[in-house]
Amino acid sequence: MGYVLVKGGSEAIKNAKALVGSLRSAPHIKVSQIRGRLRLSVDQVMGEGGLYAPELAALAIRQSDGDLVAASFLIRAYRSTLPRIGYSETSDTREMFVLRRISSAFKEIPGGQILGPSIDYTERLLDFGERGAVDDDAGTDDVDQEFGTEKSDIPKFKKVSDLLRASGLLEDVSADDETSGDARDEPCDITRESIRFPAPRSARLQTLARGETGAMLALAYSSLRGYGSVHPTIAEMRVGYVSLRIKHPYTGNDVSVGDVLVTECEGILSGVGATEITADNRFSLGYGLVFGQNEKKAISMSILDGTMRASEPKTPAEDQEFVLYHIDGIDAMGFVEHLKLPHYVTFQSSLDRIRAVKSEEVGEVSDD
Amino acid sequence: MTELSTLAGTDSGALKGYNFAFLDEFTKREIRRKILKAVAIPGYQVPFGSREMPLAKGWGTGGIQITLSIIGRSDVLKVIDQGSDESVNAVNIRNLVSRMTGVETTSDTGSATIIQTRHRIPEEALTEDQIMVFQVPFPEPLRTIEPSEQVTRRMHAEQDYSSMWLHLYEDIVKHGKITIGARYPCLVNGRHLMDPSPIPRWDVPRLHRSPVLHLFCAGREKRIYAVPPHTPVEPLEFEDYKFETEDFSGKVCERCGSSDTFLDEIIDDATGDSRYLCSDTSFCEKRQRGCA
Repeated sequence: MGYVLVKGGSEAIKNAKALVGSLRSAPHIKVSQIRGRLRLSVDQVMGEGGLYAPELAALAIRQSDGDLVAASFLIRAYRSTLPRIGYSETSDTREMFVLRRISSAFKEIPGGQILGPSIDYTERLLDFGERGAVDDDAGTDDVDQEFGTEKSDIPKFKKVSDLLRASGLLEDVSADDETSGDARDEPCDITRESIRFPAPRSARLQTLARGETGAMLALAYSSLRGYGSVHPTIAEMRVGYVSLRIKHPYTGNDVSVGDVLVTECEGILSGVGATEITADNRFSLGYGLVFGQNEKKAISMSILDGTMRASEPKTPAEDQEFVLYHIDGIDAMGFVEHLKLPHYVTFQSSLDRIRAVKSEEVGEVSDD
Repeated sequence: MTELSTLAGTDSGALKGYNFAFLDEFTKREIRRKILKAVAIPGYQVPFGSREMPLAKGWGTGGIQITLSIIGRSDVLKVIDQGSDESVNAVNIRNLVSRMTGVETTSDTGSATIIQTRHRIPEEALTEDQIMVFQVPFPEPLRTIEPSEQVTRRMHAEQDYSSMWLHLYEDIVKHGKITIGARYPCLVNGRHLMDPSPIPRWDVPRLHRSPVLHLFCAGREKRIYAVPPHTPVEPLEFEDYKFETEDFSGKVCERCGSSDTFLDEIIDDATGDSRYLCSDTSFCEKRQRGCA
């Protein structure tokens, strides 16, 4: 029978949920194992869930049986229950504790290229050896994890974009909001006010930061491949920890509330086409910043930040509404999956119309 | 770092760590303010900072935010989907509100103070003591003819609905009839074009000058709008091509014998013939008992 006609929807829901549990055949995974061994999944969920909480993200991944959009959704829903008590001060990513930084714009950069943790430069061979098929927990033995114990030991790196800006080759940051004409001092918060178009850049960046990795990758790729013109050169992409500070509510001093792992990408928009060089003969910069280590999303974000600055959008990736309304994984998944809900009343309505039109065709309708 | 142990709680309730009605009080207040604005400008879509809910987007996140923002401990809640209290989605939403608030729930339309609905208005006459909360997938009636939000907002501001009239006209030229099924566009208070949510055309006339406060909310699209009590709601129609409700003439509900309700068409497993049952299951039961 149908899933609505019968009484006992509650019972059916309970049993359906129990069946999911019965498919979990292997022993319970610890949250710490997910955190420690599926760190990129955890990072992706924190980013798309919009909440920096590695342990909760790991819990969500376990609860959703590894579906990362569903896990991000659990995080977002939980986030709604938390009151917003304040906003952090601006964090300067020049102060980042860098784990990895690369530039594709220059062979050498001041401070040097630091590959850090990455599989970019290895062959993608499925590993059946002891580190692959065999369960092993000794993966990090050969890595020296000592970074130095004193804060002063941590090197800071100048940004490649600063060098370009100093030589007058890059537009000023203040010029970034030309398409919206929005001159607000404080960034927009799209979780508190619904986005309006043209959207201020802060709203665009915030939406991108919470966007679904795959959706952003596809749209960024579309612009890169042919439906657009942005082909950025990565001035710098860095992964590392930045310190978050808030104003103490009583003393008014800045206090650190912890470090967050982020990936930052600054892409020089020097491709072919509309968005290349600004009116005053400078490069413009596409910016990406995401929670955790999620490089493909950070790069995609910098591309989409660039494409959406087109004043007259010609391609999907240049259209703010197209990009920003469709990259949210939680919105998209929910709405596409809602098609599983019963629609028989609306369908009855459509049936009524098509029958009416058909009977009109064969002239069977006597009155109207 | 959030310690899971502090969130999991030690005593009875699975709901430890949650505020009454899930949302924090700042959020409820914001939503109630937006509702007031929506009531003040009938049919106008008020943008609001929609929150992520523990329901998937498209499954009633808008309706649930309204319900959770207005509900008090003495309220009695009814939730329907397609007219049925027993639809899995209705059950799920009712359970959620019940777990988060502890308020009484009912399937009896008459005793509910808040009725959250997807795709139907109950058959029973409603009173001014009740609030209808509609789950809305597409708040923008003009979206089918204009994809851009920026453009449709301007069209509303200028009350420029010519392209919708043209759309209806072209429909008639092509098909001989207006072929819109559910979500029939209506003019509210003579000013704003409104999407009444995917209720069947059958329910549209029941919004007109109804004594009930109707609140509409689209969670994913982040819009709240309202039809306050006694507000005129007119479906778009031409003088010679009138708005038509679904035609159930000659059909009656197999269970209660109603010939004046919206009917679900059921294909008989054995014969392949169509049978008809009331979509409003609670009303149908009442009528079977002779109470309605």
